[in-house]
Amino acid sequence: MDDLYREVIIDRYQNPRFSGTLDPHTHSYEDDNPVCGDHIRIDLRVDDKDIVTEAKFTGEGCSISQASADLLMEKITGMPVADVRGLAKQDILDLLGIELGPVRLKCALLSLKVLKGGVYGLDEVMSLDELAES
Amino acid sequence: MTNSQQGHSLDIQRIRADFPVLDVEVQPGVKLVYLDSGATSQKPVQVIERMNQYYRAENANIHRGVHKLAEQATEDYEAVRGKLAKFINAAKSKEIVFTRNATESVNLVAHTWGRANLQAGDVVVLTEMEHHANLVPWQMLAAERGIRLEFIPVTEEGVLDMSALPALMELKPKLVSFTAMSNVLGTITPIAEIVQAAHAAGALAMVDGAQSVPHLPTDVRALDIDFLVFSSHKMLGPTGIGVLYGKEALLEAMPPFMGGGDMIKRVKLREFSTAGVPHKFEAGTPAIAEVIGLGAAVDYLTEIGMEQIAAHDRELTAYALERLEEVPGIWIFGPGIEHKSSNASFTLKGAHPHDVAEILNRSGVATRAGHHCAMPVHEKFGVPATTRASFYLYNTTEEIDTLVEALYKVKEIFK
Repeated sequence: MDDLYREVIIDRYQNPRFSGTLDPHTHSYEDDNPVCGDHIRIDLRVDDKDIVTEAKFTGEGCSISQASADLLMEKITGMPVADVRGLAKQDILDLLGIELGPVRLKCALLSLKVLKGGVYGLDEVMSLDELAES
Repeated sequence: MTNSQQGHSLDIQRIRADFPVLDVEVQPGVKLVYLDSGATSQKPVQVIERMNQYYRAENANIHRGVHKLAEQATEDYEAVRGKLAKFINAAKSKEIVFTRNATESVNLVAHTWGRANLQAGDVVVLTEMEHHANLVPWQMLAAERGIRLEFIPVTEEGVLDMSALPALMELKPKLVSFTAMSNVLGTITPIAEIVQAAHAAGALAMVDGAQSVPHLPTDVRALDIDFLVFSSHKMLGPTGIGVLYGKEALLEAMPPFMGGGDMIKRVKLREFSTAGVPHKFEAGTPAIAEVIGLGAAVDYLTEIGMEQIAAHDRELTAYALERLEEVPGIWIFGPGIEHKSSNASFTLKGAHPHDVAEILNRSGVATRAGHHCAMPVHEKFGVPATTRASFYLYNTTEEIDTLVEALYKVKEIFK
């Protein structure tokens, strides 16, 4: 009955598996969605083979932004950084398994934006608007 | 409690019939319950038709041509200045300046009066509950000029801490600029008291009336306000038009705002002289249809009566506070009904405000979620966002019941 608030989203929002920070970490990056004030920080540990061995997030925001962050951390754990760089909008939508309107799409993509900021460095990140239109 | 017999004479069903959008179904079978008038009000058919009529049969530029339509458009446009002057009890029509919105009105004052009168170290007093519109323009001037910003604090209850005022006035501020009604907390501030304190300290007093002017009677002369800003679109008028009221002598002494046509008396290749007040602040072709539409909105509000509207909004707010308090896990921001009107901002335990607003939307209930362009006041209360339901003359107690029922649906999803 409820597409947007699927069980998995409510569950991940209420009981995130990958919530927290990593100390030490190899990558840490945080950002806001200026429209709504949602905030996400992501910490990564990347080993010398360029594989993400651990990923954690902290943040504040709606169920969509927090659930997508948690699902994304799960997906990238064990993933080569080269593959993390290749993640795109559709991967997030597949993780969530829902259709999103233009406003909530940006909620969902905030964690991907932060992740890309972490693994690319500051300069090469797409804005949320660019990501949403990608 | 029925919606049309609440001890005042507003005929809500008749009023609702004037607002075509209230009949819209946002999903099949689900009627719009519009509780977002704090963001922008809906428009009655009288305003919509008046603007259509202008574009269909009266369109011409103003203050130029001598042809019939141009003369008529000029006359109609200027007549709205008179209506607005009367609406807020200004002494003269020329004290009404048209801008794009309340935000531009604040920027106009900061840019012209501020730059002409404020030096490094001069103090401007604001409050902790300001909308960004009455905050950022002063921050920009602080960065440019080194003026000093001070703030009347907000108490835990969500009212201004007036005990802090004497010490702030001892700083000899040049300007005290404050909201008359918080767009987040709904708090109605003690305008007369603040204006008096400002004047006693030698400061001017500017009032952000974006929320108050649509909901409460306004009398700039009784309150001795120096500048008042407000927006058309929150008081049944179209977007794209705002108002700056300023006392004539102050406006006369201020430098112009933007340069161009209409704001000049005479132009040579290397110099110009400015037009008089208010035209020197209205460069370029203004939003003529919108001003005329705003005139129809003022007529509409005047005919119903601002006292009646204020009473209705207050009763609805009181009812909303009472009903909302029943909902387990709710935290309502701002003071009780004795100090507020027209909105209720809240958080619901376990559900983010965006999710709340999204689920309310399924019952047709339109609210706003976020920081409502007032991040500092949210920070003060330690929340990044709230959900805000805001009320106006066309809202009913039944609609508030729908809001409360929908909140229980939120709780079911986020149990």
